[in-house]
Amino acid sequence: MALHTEPFILNIGPVHPSTHGVFRIRATLDGEVIVDIEPVFGYLHRGVEKLAEQRTYTGIIPLTDRMDYITSMSNNLAYVLAVEKLAKVKVPERAEYIRVIMAEMQRICNHLVAAGAFINDCGAFFTPFLYMFREREKLMDLFEMVSGQRLTYNYMRVGGVSQDLPAEFLPALRKFLKEMPAHIAEYERLINDNEIFLARSRMIGILPKELAINCGISGPVARASGVKWDLRKADPYGIYDRFEFDIPTGTVGDANDRYTVRIAEMKQSLRIIEQAVEKIPAGPVISDVPKVLHPPVGEAYGHLEGPKGELGFYLVSDGGIAPYRFHVRPPSLINLTALRQMLIGWKIQDAITIFGSIDITMGEVDR
Amino acid sequence: MTVALAGKDIGPQIEKALPGSVLESAPGYVMLKPEFLVQAATFLKNDPAMAFDYLNFVTAVDYYDYFEAVYQVTSMTHNHTLMFKTRCYNRVDPVIPSIINVWQGADFQEREVYDLLGVYFEGHPNMKRIFLWEGFEGHPLRKDYL
Amino acid sequence: MTELFANPWFHWAFYTVLLISFALGAVMGLIYIERRGMGRMQSRLGPNRTGPFGLLQAVADAVKVLLKEDIVPANADKVVHWLAPIVAFVPVLLIFAVVPFMNGAMLADLNIGILYVFAIGSISSVGIFMAGWSSSNKYSLLGAMRDVASIVSYEIPLVLAIIGVVILAGSLSTNEIVKAQANIPFILLQPLGFIIFFAAACAEINRSPFDLLEADSELVAGFHTEYSGMKFAMFYLVEYAEALAMCAIISTIFLGGWQGPVLPPWLWFLVKTFGMFYVMVWTRTTFPRVRIDQLMALAWKFMLPLALINIVVTAIEVVIWPTPAGLPWVLIIVNFAVAGILIVTWSRLMKYGWGRVETTLR
Repeated sequence: MALHTEPFILNIGPVHPSTHGVFRIRATLDGEVIVDIEPVFGYLHRGVEKLAEQRTYTGIIPLTDRMDYITSMSNNLAYVLAVEKLAKVKVPERAEYIRVIMAEMQRICNHLVAAGAFINDCGAFFTPFLYMFREREKLMDLFEMVSGQRLTYNYMRVGGVSQDLPAEFLPALRKFLKEMPAHIAEYERLINDNEIFLARSRMIGILPKELAINCGISGPVARASGVKWDLRKADPYGIYDRFEFDIPTGTVGDANDRYTVRIAEMKQSLRIIEQAVEKIPAGPVISDVPKVLHPPVGEAYGHLEGPKGELGFYLVSDGGIAPYRFHVRPPSLINLTALRQMLIGWKIQDAITIFGSIDITMGEVDR
Repeated sequence: MTVALAGKDIGPQIEKALPGSVLESAPGYVMLKPEFLVQAATFLKNDPAMAFDYLNFVTAVDYYDYFEAVYQVTSMTHNHTLMFKTRCYNRVDPVIPSIINVWQGADFQEREVYDLLGVYFEGHPNMKRIFLWEGFEGHPLRKDYL
Repeated sequence: MTELFANPWFHWAFYTVLLISFALGAVMGLIYIERRGMGRMQSRLGPNRTGPFGLLQAVADAVKVLLKEDIVPANADKVVHWLAPIVAFVPVLLIFAVVPFMNGAMLADLNIGILYVFAIGSISSVGIFMAGWSSSNKYSLLGAMRDVASIVSYEIPLVLAIIGVVILAGSLSTNEIVKAQANIPFILLQPLGFIIFFAAACAEINRSPFDLLEADSELVAGFHTEYSGMKFAMFYLVEYAEALAMCAIISTIFLGGWQGPVLPPWLWFLVKTFGMFYVMVWTRTTFPRVRIDQLMALAWKFMLPLALINIVVTAIEVVIWPTPAGLPWVLIIVNFAVAGILIVTWSRLMKYGWGRVETTLR
């Protein structure tokens, strides 16, 4: 006689150590195995898109800081790229280089958090997390030098950046560039061949290539599945066509691939920063842009390869001082599209690992 | 560099494949009739010359008279991109067909549009609010929402 | 003095007081070692504000946690919820009864000391399950289920790993086992047994990488999610007292207990016990956590067969070289070779976990 059983419904989150904010997974379990999940969003919804409709184009920049607070600089950049596309503003050469340096530093910053948090989700007790935060701290110091802030930078401006690099910035950055490869090698030595880490991450949460493309998944998650798609190469915004770098891709699309792709991307970012530091010219950092922008009537979609994926801004202008419509293409939210397919059939512990390997920030998912 | 395909070139091609589907072929976008949206999307995705396999984003804009759904698609094989739109003139119960069966990536984004703008996507299997709670009144991104 | 100790009532009273104060005091030491040691390993300072070098951190923690409000969930089974920390704590304290601090310095020199340890030690999982069940919290329940599963599985390799030692020592009494290690600690004669025992002990007391039942990244806090205040402190105490007990047992049966040159015996015992705990802290900061099916696979597919092979090998050795004179170099070399070869080949052959499970609701 078959034993009568009932599904076990577990609410993972919204307040949970591993949901990277206030995300909730409503999981139906059969023992420890996940039968069905339903992601629930909205606990951090602040209505950024509505707020932006009442602000000037410059006034929106701080709002974008607070979307994905791990990657504020990239958010700033994506937004000003969209506005520049809309208002057809030229950017001075030096500002372009500064932007590239900042965006790549931000990418390293994000991947340090992502990789550290991912291993934490695998169950390591904060050691890799803290090792990676040690280097992130140095990056935050660098960001503080240029913008005065450590998390929400508000540094990019339409037509350039808000201020020039201070004199001590480039030497400090060079020192960081010299030190960082050894630290990355240290992470690889400590983590990559750890038997338990491999057992927990290899062949876990496989995202097939076709599914990744169909779900609109971008960034390291898509590249780990073998999608060789990087907007820095495919659609080089700014001056990215001047730099040499590779696009690391995974083969299987499992959690371990997503981790290794992130580590490899950090190395490529270091390469880009090195080239940019070498070639950075002198000159103005912001072009002559009116204090209050009145972009012509029209629409523009500006996007960039953010640390988490394709981060885009769709702006509609009615000629006024504020955008008529301000839409964000949030990579964090869209990368979760395939979450259900990825989680079903795995255990709760794997679910946490897989979810951690996607790397989202709730501030951007909910906005 | 991703080539932004001009709506003026693509519009006639869609019109040829699906007569009566295109309303307007502007330089920046193609305006499609809502009834033909899913068919046109399928055509754009499956036609080897188009091969738009990747959906960048879905959103909608409230223009008081009508809601305009905006879709941006990219082809990873040809590295070109296209924006197409569709309109819905009903303000009380705006309905637009869902393209989730063509690109699954539209899943959360269509729900978001429904949540914030109140445009119902017909054919979406789970069309309910995504950010705001059930029972929230109104749709905040509408221009007349205060 | 000896006359006084000959009086059983005085003996019991003395050792009861001593053991309880030792357990509580040493737990504070363990907490200090864990927090400071983990801090060092994680390239941070660790608590250093309370007292010199942060020595009073455990006291501050204890005071804080004791002053907290005791919250019982509305749907909890209140009696069981109240009882669970006690049921979990008492057996742990009882283990110390057979731990020899010096030659014969123990509460009860049972002739089945080792058996007693494992018989008593597994009772605390009943307390943990009571806690998980009575909290009426799903995370607690999952944690408690995992605890029962891991205890049931790991008890077997844990006990089997000891049998090699028992064969060598010829006794089940802990004091006799220590005495048998006068020349050489059993870790050298039983390397495989030690490794299995250490890993199984980590699983038994839910230390990382087997700390699934309180896996903070997935189960929040596992079975004690709904505990606060004094009761939470009890579980905290259980956790470290268990670790202390296991380290004491390991140092007794594998590291030669109080045996050692120069230093007084009780100090040797403490050094070995705390040293073992330091190794546990080290593994905790180093390893991620295994999955529940991998945990089971490791117990049943790896540790159990290897522990059985270890018994056979030890038994054969004892028959071939009955009482070696001086240091048994042959035994050491053979045993290390056997351990190395077995672990390497078996880990190649073994496959743990089965990954994705196709499932539908029944």
